[in-house]
Amino acid sequence: MFLAVRELRFARWRFTLMGSVVALIAILMVLLSGLSSGLVNDGVSGLQRLPVTAFAFDAHTKLDSAFSRSVVNSQQVDQWRRQPGVRDAALFGNMLVNARSERGLPIDLALFGVEPDSFLSPAPAEGTGLGRPDGIVVSQTAIKAGLRLGDTVSIERIGTKLTVVGATGDQRTFGHVDVAYLPLATWQRLHQGVGPDEKLRASAATEATAVAIRADGDVDLAAGDAAAGTTSFRKAGAYGASPGYTAETSTLRLIQLFLYAISALVVGAFFTVWTINRRHELAVLRAMGAARSYLLRDGLMQALVVLGAAIGGGVAVGVALGGVISGGEVPFAIEAPAVAVAAVLLVVLGLAGAASAIVRVAATDPLAALGAQR
Amino acid sequence: MNPSDRTGLALSGVTMRLGDGDALVTALDEVTLTVAPGELVAVVGPSGAGKSSLLAVAGALTIPDCGTITIDGHDIIGMSARARAAYRRDHIGFVFQSGNLLPALTVLDQLRLVTKLSRHRTDDRDPAKLLADVGMTHKADRRPHQLSGGERQRVGIARALVGQPSLLLVDEPTAALDRARSHEVVQLLARETKRSAVATVMVTHDHDVLEHCDRVIEMIDGRLSTG
Repeated sequence: MFLAVRELRFARWRFTLMGSVVALIAILMVLLSGLSSGLVNDGVSGLQRLPVTAFAFDAHTKLDSAFSRSVVNSQQVDQWRRQPGVRDAALFGNMLVNARSERGLPIDLALFGVEPDSFLSPAPAEGTGLGRPDGIVVSQTAIKAGLRLGDTVSIERIGTKLTVVGATGDQRTFGHVDVAYLPLATWQRLHQGVGPDEKLRASAATEATAVAIRADGDVDLAAGDAAAGTTSFRKAGAYGASPGYTAETSTLRLIQLFLYAISALVVGAFFTVWTINRRHELAVLRAMGAARSYLLRDGLMQALVVLGAAIGGGVAVGVALGGVISGGEVPFAIEAPAVAVAAVLLVVLGLAGAASAIVRVAATDPLAALGAQR
Repeated sequence: MNPSDRTGLALSGVTMRLGDGDALVTALDEVTLTVAPGELVAVVGPSGAGKSSLLAVAGALTIPDCGTITIDGHDIIGMSARARAAYRRDHIGFVFQSGNLLPALTVLDQLRLVTKLSRHRTDDRDPAKLLADVGMTHKADRRPHQLSGGERQRVGIARALVGQPSLLLVDEPTAALDRARSHEVVQLLARETKRSAVATVMVTHDHDVLEHCDRVIEMIDGRLSTG
């Protein structure tokens, strides 16, 4: 550290410039991570919050349209209940509707049809839970959007009127649309497009979109599928069934990947130039008897100080900026684990870049210190 | 090592060839040389005569094709590469052209770094006292770019002496200096050589400064002759 610290101080402008570049990358990293988490929340937080291990759809359902196309019935639920390792199973209905509140507020809703007494039934933070046939429990984000407890919401085209009886404490959205839980029987009528005064066909009263399964971690889903005639996905696998989810997350992941590669290259390139600049100096040190390991350690400590300070600063600025952004329209959520992983990855990649530069130069022949002047 | 136990540098029949095939050059040809502790030996000769090769083999930076080299009786050719690097660090001091100081370090830190490089060595000289010996105390907190060429060379000499070396190898110390400074620097070398009882080999082009040396050896085409 003796040499590393003094060099940092001596060449502070060079290191500051370098650090600023790394800090900017870190800021970008945090913002991207926030956007990514925000999009994930917007897309699938409704599914994430369900106490579900897996969803079983109609057999041969393609994942990307599973929640809009699949139809399962209560016999399949019974089959699933009998599977070893399955603790509970219930019908789960999912459909997207356009609605309008009595005060004229247009709002899109993802209707989650659940049996009011099943494990899927939400625990509202405000108001009451599911019970009355026309009562819905909405996501906190719908309240933010202007819906209030007691509001009547009418579903467009069908004309069914629902009443907001409760709201969850957190964000529950599906495909960027606010979730509204409602009793399965009401969901079945809406799904069939049956108006308030019409009668529901008998078989439709046993149907829903998917079987929601709560099970032990090592449950054999394939066996359940074979018995019930379904295609099941673990919960995280079913996120891909949320509209646009796969495309959005893979786009962001690609950008993140590029950023990581760029940061490793930038840091590696800086330390290559920096160490090549010092080639003669390092040869002198080697002739004086500095061990290669000493030079390596010294160089890595230097890189670690620069990276640590720059990335720490960048993350702090990024989080502050994120606070500003998340107040607005953009879906944005800073999640500490995601940011921490990104920061650590940046440090590790930066060190790898620096190490590759230092290793080559630390091998400098001490002979180079003798003879001709630079 | 206690200075009184020292026997100095001894090269015997040292031959080194560089390059290969048609480009093979005999850089050192059967070189035999002894330098006693406290003796300052100058090696002069035209460019390409093998002076740098002599420093490189004496300083354990490279291994000759044949011959023996001992420092205070230690055979440095028979050592492993690792042991040789450690021996170099602990027993050989280098003074380079124009000092070759590290730009980031103050004058005092140049000397302190040597101590940091070898933690187990306990008999290092006190950097501050050594700076006083070479007359650089007043510039202890300056950096190399704030020093004159002569001052840099003084610091370079002090740095080489921190570890109490048995052997001091000096490469063209006056190459970048004017006449007056050259004399001062070589006088300092001669004085410190005596005071530290170190065997010193100085390679130089500068015939003006030879009066301060105990012995002058001429080198031509890899061979030594007493001048």
